Amino acid sequence: MSVASAIKTGDAAELPGKRDEDWRWTDLRGLIRQVPPDSAPAAAVGAGPFDGAAEEIVVIANGEGAAHIGVDPHGDRTVALRIVSRGDGSHAARVSIDVEADGRLTLLESYEGEGSYLSQTGLVFSLGVGAQVERVVLAADDAEGVTVSEAEVQLAAEASFGQTVITGGARRQRLQTTVRHPGGHANLRLDGVYLLADKRHADLTTVVTHEGLDGVTEQLAKGVVRDQARGVFQGRIVVAEGADRTDARMGHHALILSDRAEVDARPELEIYADDVSCAHGNTVGRLDEDALFYARQRGMPDDVARALLTEAFVGEVVERIGHEPARDIAAAWVAERLRGG
Amino acid sequence: MLSVKDLHAEVDGKEILKGLSLEVPAGEVHAIMGPNGAGKSTLSYVLTGRQGYDVTSGKVTFEGEDLLALEPDERAAKGVFLSFQYPLEIPGVPALTFIRTALNAQRKARGEPEVSAPEFLKLARAKAGELKIDFDMLKRALNVGFSGGEKKRMEILQMAMLSPRFLILDETDSGLDIDALRIVADGVNALRSPDRAMLVITHYQRLLDYIRPDRVHVLSAGRIVASGGPELALELEREGYDKYARAAA
Repeated sequence: MSVASAIKTGDAAELPGKRDEDWRWTDLRGLIRQVPPDSAPAAAVGAGPFDGAAEEIVVIANGEGAAHIGVDPHGDRTVALRIVSRGDGSHAARVSIDVEADGRLTLLESYEGEGSYLSQTGLVFSLGVGAQVERVVLAADDAEGVTVSEAEVQLAAEASFGQTVITGGARRQRLQTTVRHPGGHANLRLDGVYLLADKRHADLTTVVTHEGLDGVTEQLAKGVVRDQARGVFQGRIVVAEGADRTDARMGHHALILSDRAEVDARPELEIYADDVSCAHGNTVGRLDEDALFYARQRGMPDDVARALLTEAFVGEVVERIGHEPARDIAAAWVAERLRGG
Repeated sequence: MLSVKDLHAEVDGKEILKGLSLEVPAGEVHAIMGPNGAGKSTLSYVLTGRQGYDVTSGKVTFEGEDLLALEPDERAAKGVFLSFQYPLEIPGVPALTFIRTALNAQRKARGEPEVSAPEFLKLARAKAGELKIDFDMLKRALNVGFSGGEKKRMEILQMAMLSPRFLILDETDSGLDIDALRIVADGVNALRSPDRAMLVITHYQRLLDYIRPDRVHVLSAGRIVASGGPELALELEREGYDKYARAAA
């Protein structure tokens, strides 16, 4: 049972829903009575947000396009991967990304949607020993679209995988990352930002399984929800038996800016190993009234003060993006969302 | 410049200011001294419009205008500045960004053009130098991880850059060693001018050795119970607040 198979077979009963524990806050089965027909090929797709920051651009439009991105040993590529949805149909795509030993990849991934589509993208990352990947995702879906992105990451020893997912949500949207972490001084960063207004929904789900000695994971996710929007954060870190000396840190913090907005968070640490250093923090609240008064006493009107403090709240995550042009693009995108809302 | 008449204010339903009256003409520095719990901080928050500090009766005018009818940012744009007893930490906002946003918001409210980035940086460098603040500190998140003294200096820097017309200093000397106190006092004294006024709120007389007041008022149990010249501060330092506490009760 999966979104991909539901799209393939056209059987809505295959969609995950609230009876599936991991999907209870992102119920697709209850939302979609009938799987929309297959999407027609998309015509013009226009420009993508990362076009200027990448050396190569790969487009997957309505499920059609390149399915493999490879980096040779010691190679170095910066690729913009555009996942474009147009119209009211359904489509699925699968991309495999192989970065061989000591190779480097900067993947600037964007979800660009217009219409009331159902879209699923499966990404399979495989990293060789010492490989370095930075994945920056900007998800700009349609308010009527439904998007599921499922990434599976297999790390090797001494590899590093840094990820920042930034989303404005959709009618329903799930951006999921599953990582198998072998330890061996491999380094994982899984950051996220959701900025939701109106009736938008976004679900950031991550599952990390530490399977060997000396693994490092750090995670910082932040959300800002207003109106009747709903943010979901599910972060699970499993430290398997024998994965001793694992160092894992998870933080999720959300601001709720209206009474009807909602945030559902489930941070989970499951530890079956010894001598591990694990911590998690989770807060959901409002802007600090004392800081707001301080800013207003210095002359900022209420809306200016709120925008400044909210941008700063999210900025802490955006600043962790290593690739500078991508960081600037992400920061500008975030600022526009927050000021516009 | 500032006129407070029979001001009553409460916090959480408890009356703190009980008929406070005060006149501060332009060009003068007035000190408010009083024991803990007299209402000193409440007065500073009522004047700046903090939520939860509710005026139940009385009047406050600033240059003839009803100050209490204005939002906190509108009061700031008129030139009312409060140097906080405990300056807030603002994570993620560099001090320069914070001050520039505040300055431009004030200018916009007054119908003045924004300050350009180079002009702003030049001003910031000059003022930081005068206050012996390392300029690189202004690139860090405002007050985050700063010492008590650094935070107070940062308040005075903001004051110098925003160039307010009515300054309220709430326990600005607390947490300062003698060198920092001198630097802060120099910064404040540099702002003395015939068209500015200041209200210096303090528990101890020490600060008034450096910022010489024209008038000293004793605040006790929510009212001004005595007023006099600078010599009143010395008397309080010698004899304490006891006799005024009794007078108020």
